[in-house]
Amino acid sequence: MRGLFFLLLALPLCAAAQDAKKEIEKYQQMLGEGSPAELWELEGEALWKKPQGPKNVSFEKCDLGLGAGKVAGAYARLPRYFKDTDKVQDLESRLLTCMTDLQGRSLKDATARLFGNADRPSEMEYLVSYVVGQSRGHKMAAPVSHPKERASYELGKKVFFYRAGSWDFSCASCHGEADKRIRMQDLPVLSDPAGAQKAYTTWPAYRVSNSQLKTMQWRINDCYRQMRFPEPEFASEATIALTHYLAVTAKGAPYRGPGTKR
Amino acid sequence: MNNLRRNLVAAAALLLLKPFAALAAAWNKDAFGAKTPQDALKGIGAGNPAASTDLVIEAPQIAENGAVVPIEISSAIAGTTAIAVIIEKNPFPLAAQFDFQNGALPYVKLNVKMNETSDVRAVAIAGGRQYTATKEIKVTIGGCGG
Amino acid sequence: MAGPMKMRATLGSGYTDVRVLMTHPMTTAQSNQPLHFIQNITVKQNGKAVVEAQISQAISRNPVFTFRIKGGAKGDKIEVSWLDNKGETSSIEAAVA
Repeated sequence: MRGLFFLLLALPLCAAAQDAKKEIEKYQQMLGEGSPAELWELEGEALWKKPQGPKNVSFEKCDLGLGAGKVAGAYARLPRYFKDTDKVQDLESRLLTCMTDLQGRSLKDATARLFGNADRPSEMEYLVSYVVGQSRGHKMAAPVSHPKERASYELGKKVFFYRAGSWDFSCASCHGEADKRIRMQDLPVLSDPAGAQKAYTTWPAYRVSNSQLKTMQWRINDCYRQMRFPEPEFASEATIALTHYLAVTAKGAPYRGPGTKR
Repeated sequence: MNNLRRNLVAAAALLLLKPFAALAAAWNKDAFGAKTPQDALKGIGAGNPAASTDLVIEAPQIAENGAVVPIEISSAIAGTTAIAVIIEKNPFPLAAQFDFQNGALPYVKLNVKMNETSDVRAVAIAGGRQYTATKEIKVTIGGCGG
Repeated sequence: MAGPMKMRATLGSGYTDVRVLMTHPMTTAQSNQPLHFIQNITVKQNGKAVVEAQISQAISRNPVFTFRIKGGAKGDKIEVSWLDNKGETSSIEAAVA
C-alpha cells in the first residue's frame, strides 16, 4: 500500500521531468529554425574568397584535406593528418596554416584575435562557419588510418579521461556518466557514440547567451575554464587530439551544420 | 472628385513620396513606452480585447535562455489586419506590432526577449475589433555548457 | 554600417514563406550602452508593401523573422528593409525560389 502511494507520488514528478525535457527540445528546435548562424556563414564565404596577406591570395587554394580549394565535405573528414605540416590538424589549425603558408601572414597577425565578441566576430569564427556549413549533411568520417591519426585518437581518449586542475576534473567528470545534467542542460556522454554524435554534429554553434558563433576550439577552451584547468594553447596538440577523439566517436552521424544553442 | 482634382491629389502624393530612410516611419512611442500590459493594450487601441481560440501562439513552455525565445503566432480570425505581441512581465510589455496588407497572411514567427517567466499575449485586430490569447513561457537559468 | 542580412523566400502550399535574418545589437535600456534597436521593418512583394512592422528593444539581438504572403509565384521579388532608432537602415532583395 505504502509502495503504491510512493509510486503514485513519483509518477507526476517523472512526468514533469519528461515534459520539461520535451519542452526544452521544442525550444531548441524552434530556435534552430532560422538561426543567426547563417549570417556567419555568409560573411565567412566572402572572407574565404578575399585576397589577403603579403601574398595577396584568398583561401580558395587552401587544402582542408580533400585537395586545394575543395570545401564541400572537408569538415566532416577533420581532424586528419596533413603531409605538408606532418601532423594531425583540426579545422582551425588548418586555417592558421593557410593564413601563414598560403597568404604569407605572420603567425602573430593570424592569431592576434581568434575569439571575437558579439559586437565584432573574429575572422576565424566567420571562416569556420562557412567551412563547416559546406559539410552539412555529410557523414562524420574523421580518419584514423595514418599512424599519426591513430596516435592522435589515442591521445585524445587519454585527455578525455585525464583528471587534473584544482578540482581534479576530467571531461568524463561531466560527460562520462549517463543521465546527468547541470541545471536544465542535459549532459551528453561524449565517450559514447550516441552522445558524441548528438553533440559533435551541432558544434560550432551560434550561442544565444553570447549572441555569437562559437567554434570548437572555443568550446574546449571554455570547458577547461569551467573545469579550473590552465588555459590551453589555441589549436594545441592536446585540443586537436581531443577533437579527433570526439570526431571519431561521432563517426557516421550526418553533420547538421552550424548549430544554435542557448 | 472630378478628374483634375484627382490628378492633382495624385501628383501631390507623388511629391510627398520619400525613400524609406528619409521618412520618419511611424513608431508608437507611447505604446512601446508603456510600463504595464494594460497601458500597452490601450496604447495599441486594444484596451478590452475578447479572448479567442482562433488566435494561436506556438511556443515552447520552457525557454533555456530568456534573451531569445522563439514564438510563432497565427490568426484564423477572418479579416485580421494586425497582430501585436505583449510580454506581460517585461519592463516595457509591448514587444512588436505587425500590420498586414495586400495579401500578407496574419502570421509571424519571431524571437523575443523575456525578462522572467511570464505570460506572452498576442493581440489580433480584425474588422475593427480586438482579440487576444495568452501562453505562459517559463524562463530558466541555464547551466554551464550547451 | 549595418551587418549582413540574409533572406530566403520560398513557396509553401498556397503561400510565400519569407524568412529574414538581420544583424543588429538591439540593445535595451537595461544595458550600459545607448539604446540602439530596429524600430520599423517593411516587407514588399513586387514593390508593394505587404507587412509593416513596428518592433522594439524586446526583440532579440540579431533578429530573425518569418512572414507569409498569400499565393505568390516563383520569381516574385521580395524586399525587406529596416530602419532603426538612430536612422540607420538596411535592406535586402531576393526572388522567390
